[in-house]
Amino acid sequence: MVSQILFIALLLAAIAFFSFNVKKVIRNIRLGKAANRSDQPQKRLMTMVKVALGQTKMFFRPVPAFLHLIVYAGFVIINIEVLEIMIDGIFGTHRVFGGLGTIYNVLIGSFEFLAAGVWVGCAIFLIRRNIIKLKRFSGVEMTSWPKSDANYILITEILLMTAFLLMNAADAKLQAMGVGHYTQVGAFPLSQYLQNLLPATEASLIAIERGCWWFHIIGIFAFLNYLPYSKHFHILFAFPNTYFSNLEPKGEFSNMQSVTNEVKAMLDPSFTPPEAEPGRFGAKDVNDLTWVNLMNAYTCTECGRCTSVCPANITGKLLSPRKIMMDTRDRMEEVGKNIDKTGNGFDDGKSLIDSYISREEIWACTSCNACTQACPINIDPLAIITELRRYAVMEESQSPASINAMLGNIENNGAPWKYSPADRFNWAKQD
Amino acid sequence: MSEQLNFEVPTMAEMIAKGEEPEILFWVGCAGSYDERAQKTTRDICKILHHVGLKYAVLGTEESCTGDPAKRAGNEFLFQMQAMTNIEVLNGYNVKKIVTGCPHCFNTIKNEYPGLGGTYEVIHHTQLIQDLINEGKLKAEGGESFKGKKITYHDPCYLGRGNDVYEAPRKALEALDAQLVEMKRCKSNGLCCGAGGAQMFKEPEKGNKDINIERIEEALETQPQVIAASCPFCMTMLSDGVKLKDQDQNVKVLDIAEITARANGL
Repeated sequence: MVSQILFIALLLAAIAFFSFNVKKVIRNIRLGKAANRSDQPQKRLMTMVKVALGQTKMFFRPVPAFLHLIVYAGFVIINIEVLEIMIDGIFGTHRVFGGLGTIYNVLIGSFEFLAAGVWVGCAIFLIRRNIIKLKRFSGVEMTSWPKSDANYILITEILLMTAFLLMNAADAKLQAMGVGHYTQVGAFPLSQYLQNLLPATEASLIAIERGCWWFHIIGIFAFLNYLPYSKHFHILFAFPNTYFSNLEPKGEFSNMQSVTNEVKAMLDPSFTPPEAEPGRFGAKDVNDLTWVNLMNAYTCTECGRCTSVCPANITGKLLSPRKIMMDTRDRMEEVGKNIDKTGNGFDDGKSLIDSYISREEIWACTSCNACTQACPINIDPLAIITELRRYAVMEESQSPASINAMLGNIENNGAPWKYSPADRFNWAKQD
Repeated sequence: MSEQLNFEVPTMAEMIAKGEEPEILFWVGCAGSYDERAQKTTRDICKILHHVGLKYAVLGTEESCTGDPAKRAGNEFLFQMQAMTNIEVLNGYNVKKIVTGCPHCFNTIKNEYPGLGGTYEVIHHTQLIQDLINEGKLKAEGGESFKGKKITYHDPCYLGRGNDVYEAPRKALEALDAQLVEMKRCKSNGLCCGAGGAQMFKEPEKGNKDINIERIEEALETQPQVIAASCPFCMTMLSDGVKLKDQDQNVKVLDIAEITARANGL
């Protein structure tokens, strides 16, 4: 009875704390400007199914894709087991789904293989990050926290899977000994080999079984609540992020409606522009970006596929698309904390541009879309870079001198170079 | 194979004055109009159009920058000013179909003009060439033979990733019976030449290498006789790269329109 109350209290606390943090995350995303992504629901759903659920974009790199798929499948499928743990925890039952008979045996058996797969997958991931030290996992933005974050996640998953397998092993041993509460259910194709490692006495076996059970479920509660602080949030955000991703051709940049109205008024004096909503052109800070840009930032799991294909980054420039996403998230969380402390309208004197992302970074972009193509969950760093450039050019008139010259040429000659419009057709001249 | 044209290039204004309407407008673009290297490609596109007897016209001096470099640099005002002025001209001539000689113009007119009132069927010149080959109007005969020659094709970002056009340029090269060799980074994984996003008009940021060198090294690894391009800006970057690597005697950088024109002895 005590353990049931304790379990329910922990469950409620975990849900409450998670909701509290998720509300803050949603509040932060809503700092962004409106963007309409409600068109073509069917195509959006298909994109989500293919890209997030089916992980199709991962398979451009087959080795990590395969390992990731195992960990992902393990995560999703073992959650059926978590459901059983919940019911057992609340009602004080033991392996409540055991009544399913053969189906249950197949389920538990497959969970064990998945758990082992997750264990091995995470171990290989740790080796790739910390021993082989793949280049993709380093870079200026990969400071100690992002590196630790990744390791914490992998180690936790290994511990959770270890607890799961040890729990099964102890349970099976207790079942075989005919200990009261432990009725004969389940098949334990892998954990049976762990039984020899366990002590023989009933009391210590029960302690191990219960200990692992509690560790497993408390670990899951803790993991859930770790997500809002971590890059690992992608396990949830991958779905809305792909659903709301850009469906237009990658080459297309959005046309700014506020500018359209002004340009129309300039070209046609009889046109009266509708009342413009206040705001600046482009983005100086996170609240000038759209909610899609901001959701992208929470979704980023810092895998670095974008940066590893970025032509600017490959050739040693400062720009790293992953850093653009991490900076956006860091700044958004800072703004969120400012709001928590002092309410809306507080100005800390910082901004996304300059305080986080430098001019040198945004002007190094070739807008080649390699980053958006590479992202396995359709994050769009280029959209943020474009907004920052729009701010620099339209609000501040600050762009590299040669860019200014190019813009002047277009304005005066209708071409980015200093040629006369009258000479535009000279290429067709015959002798 | 003279550099200059031996026929008149019809302008839209002349056509309309004669009471005629072209089937397709050829949008030349700034590079195609002013850049000497790109002008050759422009003339070759005209030669192809002339050769197959397609009724086409250009805007001539009525054409102006699409606004692409302004938009990529962040100057939306200038972009929309250019766009709306161009759309007025295009709509004034009742233009329905456009072929461009530049992936940047192609992307901008195709994707960004509709929202501002300019909706046209827009194709890139490699798509036109592919269509003409498919329709049997264009073959690879009567000119320079590319049979068995090693050609590697560089995907321009705004044609490839930007608009998912990967096959048309390759089909145009396959028609030559050439040996098409792919670079390690090709198609959706292609590496930028370094000119996009208004980089063409500025010095690169500090780094340890220029992007076009990184790209040309990869292209040269395939040991090609020809590096095929389909964008005037890629053309500049790749040609510079080949020169800097002292390979311009051995490796030619040619636009797909040039290759097609040569193969047909135009």
